[in-house]
Amino acid sequence: MTVQTQSLLFSFAAILVLAVVFLRVRLQRGDGEDYGPVQGRAYRIRAVFFWVLILVGLPISLWLLRAMPYASAAAGAQVVNATGAQWYWDLDREEVEAGKPVTFNVASTDVNHGFGVYDANGQLVAQVQAMPGYINRLTHTFDAPGTYRVLCPNIAGWRITT
Amino acid sequence: MAEALAQGRPDAAAADRATPWVVIYLVTTGVVLLLMMLLGLLMRLVQSGWLALDHPALFYQIMTVHGTGMVGIAALGGVAVMWHFLASYVTLHRAALGINFVLFLIGVVAILWADFISGFGGAWTFLYPLPALSGGAWESGSAALHLWGLLAVGVGVLVICLEVGRAIIVGYGGLGRGLGWHVLFAGSTQNVPPPTVVASTMVVIVTTPALIAGAASLVMSPVNLYFPDVAINPLMIKNLIYFFGHTIINATIYMAVVVVYELLPRITGRPWKTTKVFLAAWTLSTTMVLVIYPHHLMMDFAMPTWALVIGQVFSYMNAFPVLVVTGLGALAILNRSGVRWDLLVTLLLISMFGWMAGVIPAVVDATIAVNSVMHNTMWVPGHFHFYLLLGLLPMIFAFMIYLARGEDVAPRGGDMAAVLYLIFGLTFTGMFLLGGWASVPRRWAVHLSEWMVYDRIATIAAAGVIVLTTIFIAMFLARIPRILRGA
Ligand code: HEM
Ligand SMILES: [Cu+2]
Repeated sequence: MTVQTQSLLFSFAAILVLAVVFLRVRLQRGDGEDYGPVQGRAYRIRAVFFWVLILVGLPISLWLLRAMPYASAAAGAQVVNATGAQWYWDLDREEVEAGKPVTFNVASTDVNHGFGVYDANGQLVAQVQAMPGYINRLTHTFDAPGTYRVLCPNIAGWRITT
Repeated sequence: MAEALAQGRPDAAAADRATPWVVIYLVTTGVVLLLMMLLGLLMRLVQSGWLALDHPALFYQIMTVHGTGMVGIAALGGVAVMWHFLASYVTLHRAALGINFVLFLIGVVAILWADFISGFGGAWTFLYPLPALSGGAWESGSAALHLWGLLAVGVGVLVICLEVGRAIIVGYGGLGRGLGWHVLFAGSTQNVPPPTVVASTMVVIVTTPALIAGAASLVMSPVNLYFPDVAINPLMIKNLIYFFGHTIINATIYMAVVVVYELLPRITGRPWKTTKVFLAAWTLSTTMVLVIYPHHLMMDFAMPTWALVIGQVFSYMNAFPVLVVTGLGALAILNRSGVRWDLLVTLLLISMFGWMAGVIPAVVDATIAVNSVMHNTMWVPGHFHFYLLLGLLPMIFAFMIYLARGEDVAPRGGDMAAVLYLIFGLTFTGMFLLGGWASVPRRWAVHLSEWMVYDRIATIAAAGVIVLTTIFIAMFLARIPRILRGA
């Protein structure tokens, strides 16, 4: 499952759970019950919720940090120099080998650009921002051979590479 | 435990009368909101392939006006809510409202001129060096005009913040006391700030530095326009801009949420107490909101990694103090309260849902591993339209309906409009999120045909949102004479 699909399913599921809680409150037939017991119950739920967020959520957030794209270039990586300009991307190399890491040295001649690598199905697989005055290094391993496109996911045109 | 109840003066509920300034703010908010929504609809129509623009540059001009205008009215409406309720606890000088309003109007005229007449389309984030280097799309003069206009709006909000800060310092003896630190840390039971004061204090503390950072970048950018040799570090100014943008848009919700703290107790007769948990939550959020903006820079690999790690972990942590305390607090007050579900109460409930639910895709995207494939996709407008359209706006509508005494006038089933608004709003934002899932980039005027299914459903839903928004605003406008008479 792609990261996109995981994110979507998780978000929609969590929103759905929340919606059920809200619907319950909305549909609860009110008898103007004394607030004391209701509030006591709410405080207990809140405490449980809080500790779940800390004890389960926080470790998950930390664990997710293991997959950071900032690692410096892998040894023996194939290097592609990419220069962004309004409104195109210029790559000094259009073919790389699948299965071996590729390091893109991403620069910009003018404004900030997005450098997004899309697979043949139009799915974003990796990206980095290009900023004038900086060279940002994005390392990615293409597992499957095929045609990938570099697009700017933020105001710009596009270009096809292999 | 120390307690302060969010009930203002005892007689306030009976005759809560809005000042003319607050009404003017709300009228402006409503009218501009509708216009900006129509521009949003226009963009969605273009992306759907249902409407062709003569020139794609026009899309970016519209997008710039929409983004800037929406942030502007979010602040204007938020200020109206906060000011109205805060005024029953501290003494505020109305002159600040007047100054802010004049600056707002000046800014609006400048921005509309710059964007529609002279063609600026560099987005509300005006990211350096785009304003100066448009690739021929606009002259640097129009960029400068837009930036000065934005500065006018920002200075106006700063005036409000300073006045609110002054009033809280005078009334409660300092901003720390406005956050209830004397209660939280010293166990005092004296002069406990009610929730409205706590929220307003937080707004002052976070918005003031954000506006100063924004003003600094707004001054630096035009200097570079006039003197291109004066180079600006693009990474530094990006930090300033996102610190400003992130904080200001969040602050608008913290301003508007006051309506929930104030109205739910009045409606249900159940008090909203300032507990230590409540105070701790707001203090934590105050600090965390200030440090999490790097979640906007996760794809700028030149950023120090520790800042991005903070961006991820604290974005997660920041999501729950206020949400858990405010969201669950609101649910508890409403649960089995026997409340009559009229338009007002349902809008308040929706606002809590929209805020809490909208934070979920936001936190997901603030995770570096996700951001790698979601940054600058439609996921981003997806999450922020979620909590602005379904969180912030229902708060502002609720305030309008409350002032219009809509809860008395709405007939049985009067909350149908709110339920429909929720359904259309969820569909509209859901399509943005699905677009993000399908890797549809944000800010593209022309969409591939395989993306258009999301765009088209969103267009129809947006039209529904606009119809219902018109109804809410019309209800308010129609009762303005009565509101001003205080009937
Ligand atoms: C019917 C209601 C609305 C519609 C149809 C709408 C539509 C849109 C569209 C199509 C975009 C551009 C998406 C893209 O990147 O391709 C956009 C961006 C945006 N919208 Fe809305 N919107 C609506 C309501 C709102 C509200 C209520 C707010 C805030 C209070 C808001 C704030 C923004 C902002 C800040 C942007 C970002 C602009 C940028 O990328 O620079 N919108 N909206
Ligand atoms: Cu943010």
